[in-house]
Amino acid sequence: MAAAPRISSLLSRSFFSSSLLSIGRNSPRRGGIFRYSTGGAACEELINPPVNVNYTQLLLNGHFVDAASGRTFETLDPRTGNVITSVAEGDAEDINRAVSAARKAFDEGPWPRMSPYERSKILFRFADLLEKHNDEIAALESWDNGKPYEQAEKQEVPMVTRLMRYYGGWADKIHGLTVPADGLHQVQTLHEPIGVVGQIIPWNFPLLMFGWKVGPALACGNTIVLKTAEQTPLSALFVSNLLHEAGLPPGVLNVVSGFGPTAGATLASHMDVDKLAFTGSTETGKTVLQLAARSNLKPVTLELGGKSPFIVCEDADVDKAVELAHFALFFNQGQCCASGSRTFVHESIYDEFVKKATARALKRTVGDPFKAGIEQGPQIDSAQFEKILGYIRAGVENGATLEAGGERFGNKGFFIKPTVFSNVEDDMVIAQDEIFGPVQSILKFKDIDEVIRRANATNYGLAAGVFTQNIDTANTLTRALRVGTVWVNCFDVFDAGIPFGGYKMSGHGREKGIYSLRNYLQVKAVVTPLKNPAWL
Amino acid sequence: MATPRIFSLLSASSTAAALRSSGRFSRWGRGINRFSTAVATEEPITPPVQIDHTQLLINGRFVDGASGKTFPTFDPRTGGVIAHVAEGEAEDINRAVSAARKAFDEGPWPRMTAYERSCVLFRFADLLERHCSEIAALETWDSGKTYEQAANVEIPMVIRLFRYYAGWADKIHGLTIPIDGLYHVQTLHEPIGVAGQIIPWNFPLLMYGWKVGPALACGNTIVLKTAEQTPLSALYVSKLFYEAGLPPGVLNVVSGFGPTAGAALASHMDVDKLAFTGSTGTGKIVLGLAAKSNLKPVTLELGGKSPFIVCEDADVDKAVELSHFAVFFNQGQCCCAGSRTFVHESIYDEFLEKAKARALNRIVGDPFKKGVEQGPQIDSQQFNKILGYIKSGIEGGATLEAGGEKFGSKGYYIQPTVFSNVHDNMVIAKEEIFGPVQSILKFKDLDEVIQRANATHYGLAAGVFTQNLDTANTLTRALKVGTVWINCFDVFDAAIPFGGKKMSGYGREKGIYSLSNYLQVKAVVTPLKNPAWL
Repeated sequence: MAAAPRISSLLSRSFFSSSLLSIGRNSPRRGGIFRYSTGGAACEELINPPVNVNYTQLLLNGHFVDAASGRTFETLDPRTGNVITSVAEGDAEDINRAVSAARKAFDEGPWPRMSPYERSKILFRFADLLEKHNDEIAALESWDNGKPYEQAEKQEVPMVTRLMRYYGGWADKIHGLTVPADGLHQVQTLHEPIGVVGQIIPWNFPLLMFGWKVGPALACGNTIVLKTAEQTPLSALFVSNLLHEAGLPPGVLNVVSGFGPTAGATLASHMDVDKLAFTGSTETGKTVLQLAARSNLKPVTLELGGKSPFIVCEDADVDKAVELAHFALFFNQGQCCASGSRTFVHESIYDEFVKKATARALKRTVGDPFKAGIEQGPQIDSAQFEKILGYIRAGVENGATLEAGGERFGNKGFFIKPTVFSNVEDDMVIAQDEIFGPVQSILKFKDIDEVIRRANATNYGLAAGVFTQNIDTANTLTRALRVGTVWVNCFDVFDAGIPFGGYKMSGHGREKGIYSLRNYLQVKAVVTPLKNPAWL
Repeated sequence: MATPRIFSLLSASSTAAALRSSGRFSRWGRGINRFSTAVATEEPITPPVQIDHTQLLINGRFVDGASGKTFPTFDPRTGGVIAHVAEGEAEDINRAVSAARKAFDEGPWPRMTAYERSCVLFRFADLLERHCSEIAALETWDSGKTYEQAANVEIPMVIRLFRYYAGWADKIHGLTIPIDGLYHVQTLHEPIGVAGQIIPWNFPLLMYGWKVGPALACGNTIVLKTAEQTPLSALYVSKLFYEAGLPPGVLNVVSGFGPTAGAALASHMDVDKLAFTGSTGTGKIVLGLAAKSNLKPVTLELGGKSPFIVCEDADVDKAVELSHFAVFFNQGQCCCAGSRTFVHESIYDEFLEKAKARALNRIVGDPFKKGVEQGPQIDSQQFNKILGYIKSGIEGGATLEAGGEKFGSKGYYIQPTVFSNVHDNMVIAKEEIFGPVQSILKFKDLDEVIQRANATHYGLAAGVFTQNLDTANTLTRALKVGTVWINCFDVFDAAIPFGGKKMSGYGREKGIYSLSNYLQVKAVVTPLKNPAWL
């Protein structure tokens, strides 16, 4: 069987050659006159998304229902800012209804009481249904989020399918331990489902985050109340319907569309929710954790922001490093918590690197994400769009050199030109804050100790890229970087089996892989006296 | 040879004593219950130990608090001052964190081999063994627990814990991971950095072992804040740690109070992890401080209101003895105390008679005296709080079967107290009393007792008494708690994980599970060229 699709495979050979071809070009350093290879897509007629929006209500206890208040909110097409559809707006009362359903499904329903094999089969069937509806789901995802359709269709949705098969396989492999103790006692541990799980997911990878959260929670036998991001409610409703089609009992997965301060806060502070998982900004993560602390002390896993270093050492293959550094930052419109947003380049290759990185950014194809060959779509919404443009201004004002981009692209929707800054210093805002947009900051370094210190001088600790052919340099950097993932000579390699999560203020806990299971299990020690044992 | 365990405090003789006295009726007249030996009126025994260390231990040296302030630590037998101890505050926490930071970022501890780290821990265990009786005396003097318990059970358990964790130091394995494409993937399980640890007064050194053992085995450095009631033993043994070869700054000990030193530690921006044992109320505050500052991950081991369920088919005498032990052990000052004794209606009356008799036979007195089962409560605040709960039990309509008052005329002794006819909605059935007060409740069937046992925000532990395997299995899965003891209670072991569900905390201490509290997982991915297999 073919290797499963992965994000890093979006790096095609042709990108390498195109970046090589453009080396000779001088960087035209004047605001706004850069030419992008296929520029005009945003002004052309937009492609009609090949999908209908069928589900806009809340999914409670296995049924689509209106919000208790009857209210709705609009979800927008980032290509234009126009309304796609109106969606039921869940608030506190709907969260309460969803938690009751999930509580009942956990305390009395069949889900935690069926055999793990039966649970695994439902996850496998769900994966099959995802595969069958792959293209519709991808179209919904692109429409609601603005990411290139090809990325959703060929990478992300297949990765969600892959995740569900991965976790389907875990369901019947949750083992406890028997424990050797010092005396005449028989000791075992049970790894039990934790109960009702609250999950809050972001808008940058709506379905992938659905998979990271829902997969392990269900494999471990829990029930769920999932709150989606208000920017991207559609795909989760579509696939959750499929999960019920696959045989999920009612109330096991409840999906509430809505906003953070209402629905999200209610979920985080609910006294009947046993565990909370959140992916989003560090600031919101702190709020969520405090709500959990003040209410019932539910354990919380957090996957938060980052300002990940991408370190290009002296001996690196510059062309490959340029391409990967570009990908590390610009992938998904720069809207990745793990994006390599501080490109540290060794001084001996700095000038060459900047030139090639600029050329590569200038060649990035921006346009309608439904168009074939487009690399970059619009940002998610006007708030992010304005915030990113503000950061670009701050970069210019702080004295960084704007090498490419620097302004909006086209005249409608939330497109931004791929932007590159050189001569970025550590104390500039663009080198410190998470921009979450298509803005690359290139910094210069002299030696390894210095770059270790500078790379670690941040409150974040999500990921790092390291480019070197030297195994000693790779090993030294790998241990020294205070981050949850180190990609050596690669970046954004995601896999169901690889744990992902942050050090420091990038979060708590790990998602994916064997490590993710413990987020959704409680350990119970069971001790009995041991009479007349044959061995100890 | 089996190592000592708390459970072994249950001697055959106390079981026999309970049986002998089963004929006695409750003489329910305030304060006229007779307890076996009224030692509290005698002169307190002089503890066989000197107080040598009262300063803060920062960067391998004993130093005064930055403010120069001290606070008294008291003998719970009398309320008299034992010693004045340097009072650590925010500035001292800052100094301690700097030392720990430097020791982690630049010092030898995380950079020596795991085997060398394990050798330091083994040597420490040997030194503890050599000084066991002095350490036990300090522990008893400062906390009021019986000397026999400290000397024969607790300190040996601390020694056992350090040998357990020493054995882990060179067995922290990461994984290599099969993935879908041409990549080589491994995980490193790295030390998390500077660990802040806040420990309580009920088992000062045991909690020291639970916290310090795994943190050091995993290569971290530590700032430890002890409880203001019991600062002495941790200072003594930490000195031994340096004798065992711990590099300076790896373990820093700050005596002090929660709102000053504790809060500074919990909200410090340079502390990478926090572990707290104490009350649920304080745990919430500590977690809020961690969340508001740098989001350091927190493990919490908090309060409990653990059910002890005696089924119809249980051996009543054994169940009486164990339920007595489950609540009265350590003066009732255990987070996992079996403080709701649920007894099946068919054996309720017999159980009650015997439980009451056993309580009336409990030997209260100077904890240094041989044979004493129960010493004083830790301090006047706890003492008054417990007496308040007893009052509320009476006012709430429960039947006082034994005890109910202070014991003797000085110090913080309380008579072993038993309530019957306790109902779920009474305060004494809902709140953590943390004292020698047993509440006995009646139940009819299994579903009912499951529902009632789980009807609490706590979820630390449970005792189950039955000979029926099906009943045991049903209860074991249904109880929402971190530990189920079947036909036993308070069986602690270095290898058995301990921790709570619900508002009893997060994470597990001890056992293999405790290591993950002090490790960060780092995934490392490289491309794979021309692999021989995938």
